[in-house]
This record gives sequence, structure tokens and C-alpha cells, in this order.
Amino acid sequence: MTETITAVPYDEAIARYEPLIGLETHVELGTITKMFCGCPAAFGAEPNAAVCPVCLGLPGSLPVTNRSAIEYTIRIGLALNCSIASWCRFARKNYFYPDMPKDYQISQYDEPLCTDGWLDIVVDGIDFRVGIERVHMEEDTGKSLHVGGATGRIHGADYSLVDYNRSGIPLVEVVTKPVPGTGTLAPVVARAYVTELREVLRALGVSDVRMEEGSLRCDVNTSLAPRGASQWGTRTETKNVNSLRSVERAVRSEIERQAAVLDAGGRVIQETRHFHEESGLTTSGRSKEEAQDYRYFPEPDLVPVAPAAEWVEQLRATLPELPSARRARLQAEWGLSDLDMTALGNAGALDLVADTVTAGATPADARKWWLGELSRHANESGTELAALAVTPAQVARIAAIVASGALNDTLARQVLEGVLAGQGSPDEIVAARGLAVVSDDATLLAAIDAAIAAHQDVAAKIRNGKAAAAGALVGAVMKATRGQADAARVRELILERLGQAYPLRDP
Amino acid sequence: MSITREEVAHLARLSRLALSADELDRFAGQLDVIIAAVARVQEVAADGIPPTTHAVPVTNVFREDIIVPPLGAGVVLDQAPAAEQGRFRVPRILAED
Repeated sequence: MTETITAVPYDEAIARYEPLIGLETHVELGTITKMFCGCPAAFGAEPNAAVCPVCLGLPGSLPVTNRSAIEYTIRIGLALNCSIASWCRFARKNYFYPDMPKDYQISQYDEPLCTDGWLDIVVDGIDFRVGIERVHMEEDTGKSLHVGGATGRIHGADYSLVDYNRSGIPLVEVVTKPVPGTGTLAPVVARAYVTELREVLRALGVSDVRMEEGSLRCDVNTSLAPRGASQWGTRTETKNVNSLRSVERAVRSEIERQAAVLDAGGRVIQETRHFHEESGLTTSGRSKEEAQDYRYFPEPDLVPVAPAAEWVEQLRATLPELPSARRARLQAEWGLSDLDMTALGNAGALDLVADTVTAGATPADARKWWLGELSRHANESGTELAALAVTPAQVARIAAIVASGALNDTLARQVLEGVLAGQGSPDEIVAARGLAVVSDDATLLAAIDAAIAAHQDVAAKIRNGKAAAAGALVGAVMKATRGQADAARVRELILERLGQAYPLRDP
Repeated sequence: MSITREEVAHLARLSRLALSADELDRFAGQLDVIIAAVARVQEVAADGIPPTTHAVPVTNVFREDIIVPPLGAGVVLDQAPAAEQGRFRVPRILAED
């Protein structure tokens, strides 16, 4: 924490150095029970309510592997274009830490279940193929609470309190190969990879992939080499990167820091670094030299996992349409440009729009509501679109009512407000508020005549050919009908009434 | 194949075993004998022989993903040397940095 180095501005760092990144992503699987025992794996139980002799590491207890966890892992491997090992084992990773009561973690070491795959991503219109080194299984550790000390952190705490509910929850670690050639895009590529991986995992239904709850966690490896150098530089591993934005910031800040070290003639130390959310900076953690001696050996309490080819093929048949294929299909079906698709993705609206279309809305209507009115609401209330109190089916229903002519956009917005305020379904709100477009011309004409009478000057202008002035009368009629008229029809009737033949339009 | 006193000291440190100088000497000698005995296996292990993990060649022993009721925090913490806020209380992990 006594580093005094001044970071090099990002563009300068990239001008002189070529970055190489790699990512290790831990994913908590969404199985019902833990990896090696039948304790419930759900998030949010009372501390130590979901523990048993196996996940507490009590003497005499024996682990038995969760079949679903193996199947989830194989499906992840297949979705990432990996080879599935026909025979592999678990290993013991030995180290002492109170959040791991056995004093070893059951993991996989030199025999991972899945190897050698890839995940394709697109950044700024450029295709990157991120190589996947391995996908392996392990068990999660307990959760510590550090008491005393100035900061509430482990350093200087007086003692710690441990909750073992998380201990033994199945974890999958997805390790990329080093990703070369990203240049100035390195931080964005890192983020795009984690984003796409998260989408794949979500599509597979194997994890709830919530970074903020820790069910998806990232370690980011970064190294720099002078441009034109024949060897890669020494890498650091940044831990504690728990949001997509942080992935990007962590790579960026490591590039800026390492460039400064190298500029000063120094040497980057291979070490673990911690990312700090508030500052966006990393600080040195423990050096890896001693800590890396984990004395791995094959786990004697578990038998090997040997997935038969038929089992793997059965699992392959359960793979859903993967996100990249789905995006391409939807883009074609909806006739959208790359830019439109990116906008949908960035707004987190793709699934919502797709579900709204499935519920019967046109793609254009679905996009209009989610990117317009609903995005505005989400922004104002500072929430995600998906968290709004309206379902795609309800949005589709509102669009259908508008398409039928029973509501105009103004009224439809009122219905939406009602749904968001929890006042019921669109139809209930329409009924309760008596909302309906006034389509009866006689009623409209009465309101129009009243408006003309009240605004003789405006009417005179229109009679003299100034159709643009009709807006004021339309406004008056809409007000008189409490927004329940079809504004286009009102306009037509006004122009007719004042001797301007329909379909006269403003220039 | 032989194991040095330094390697035994290193392993002892990783295993959190406090060994005296006498013990290091004695264990280095004993471990050397054990390792030499095990090393003889490699003399007969030909390429075609897969490594043995278990005495019984069994694979794919799985459990279905079904909940077995856990012990419950009360039972578990009753056995703990120290507990606080429903959690196991453990001594300081790292010193001030």
C-alpha cells in the first residue's frame, strides 16, 4: 500500500506497450444442493443453517459428487466448444484458511473436465475469438466477517466470524487462454468476454450469474510487453473484480500502472492484486511464491468421473440456442441494423423485446415501448428495465389495444403508468379509468365546434389556408376530451369543418 | 531419489507442523526410505498401465441433486469452541499489513 508510482495515461501506455489479457471466471452453479453433500445451495439462508458434516469437514464424513453439477459443467464446456474429458479426477488443493474447514479444497488440477474451446465476441465491429483453456469444477468456500480493526478488512481484524453456508456450493472455473492482439481495446474486450460468457451461462440456465451476489466472480490477468518485443511481460492477477464495469476498469488501471513501472526501468512482479471499487485502482496482495505450493494430489475420497460419449451427446442435445445465434436470428427477423441491435443490448432490452414480440406485439412496437417510455421510467427511478413492474405480456397487451384503435398513445401511456403503479392489468386499468378513444364523430364534432367558437381567430387563419394553425384547435379538443380522442381524426375533422379539404397536410 | 532435510522443513511449514531439528533429521531419513520403496513401483509401471486411483476400479459414483436436511445452526454451533452472531468465531487470520 506504499506504492507511490504515478500511472501513465492510458493512450500513452498503449502507444508504447502491447497488452495481453486473460480471465479466470468463477461461476456458482445453480444446483439445488451442494457439490458433495445434500445441503441446500440456495443463497440467503440464516448463517450456518445449510451445513452438514461433509461441508463442515468433520472427521469421518465422505463426499459424493452431485450428478447435476457434472452435467451443468459438461454443458458449459460444450457451449464453449470444449473437448470433454473421457476420464478425469478431482484433486485436493491444500491450504489453511478458516473459510475452508477441511484445510483443503476439492478442485480439479491437471485433469479438468473440459479443455480447449473458444468463445467468439464482437467489439466495435471487430471479431475476437477468445480461447478457452479449461473449464473445471471445484467447491466454494465459506464466508468470513472480519471484526475489529480500523477498516473491517481482514488486515488488522481482531478475529473473524465464519458462515459455512457457501462452503461446498459447486463452482465452475472458466479459464481463458491469453488473448493477444486486443491493443487499445483490451479493457473492452475483457468486459465483452465476461458479458458474453454471462449470457451463455444464463441461456444454459446453469447459474443465476449475479455478479453483485458473487455468483459470478472474475480474476483478471494483465501483462504488458514493449511494442515489437518478442516475449510477453510478467502478468499480475487482479482479484475482487465484481462487476462488468470493474472488469474493464481493472484491466485499464493495471495497464496504466504497469506502464509506469516499466517506464521507470522497473520490473512487474508476478503477484495477486486487489481491485478497489471506489478508486478503480489495484493494490498489491500477497506475493504468489510461497502460496502457490498447494501440494495437489488426487482426491482419494472420490472416484474418477468418466463421462461416456453417449451421455455427452445427450447433454449436447439439451443445449439451447446460444446467445450469439439468437441475436443473429432476431436481428434478421426484426430487420434491425447492427447499431439498433447494439442499442437493444446496451439497454438490457433484448430479452424483454423478444418476450414482448412472442406475446404478440410487432417488433417495432416492442422496441418503441421498451426503448422509449419504459427506458425513461427506468432511468428516472434508477433501476434496470427488467426490474420495472411491468411484464412483456402486459406491454404486448397495451400495444395490442393501441393497434385495435381503442386507445391512442397518450392514453396508452396512462395505462402503462397504472400498470407500473401496481394498479392492475392493462385491461383492468382501461376499465377502471374508463379510458377509450372517442371515435364517435358526432361527439368529436361537438367538441370541435366548441373549440372553433372559443378560438375564432385561429379558425379564421385555417379558413384562409393556414392549416398549420390547426394544432391549437386539436389541443383544445384533446383537452376537452381528456386526451381520449384520436388526434389525427380530430385534425381531419377540423380541417373539413373549416373548408380545408382532407387530405390537406402541412408542408 | 532422496529427500533432503530442507524439503522436509518446507513441507512441515506448508503443513503447519512445528518440527524440531532432531525430528527433521529423523523424518528425512524415514521419508527417504518410504519414497525409495514407492519409487520401485515406477520401475515396473510400463506405459500401458494406467495409474491406480482406487483399489476398486469404479467411476461415476454420483448422488442425485436432492436436498438432505442439514444439521441446523443450533446443533452445529453447539459443538464450536466459540460462536458469535450465528457464526463460528475464529482467531485473527492476518496481522496488520
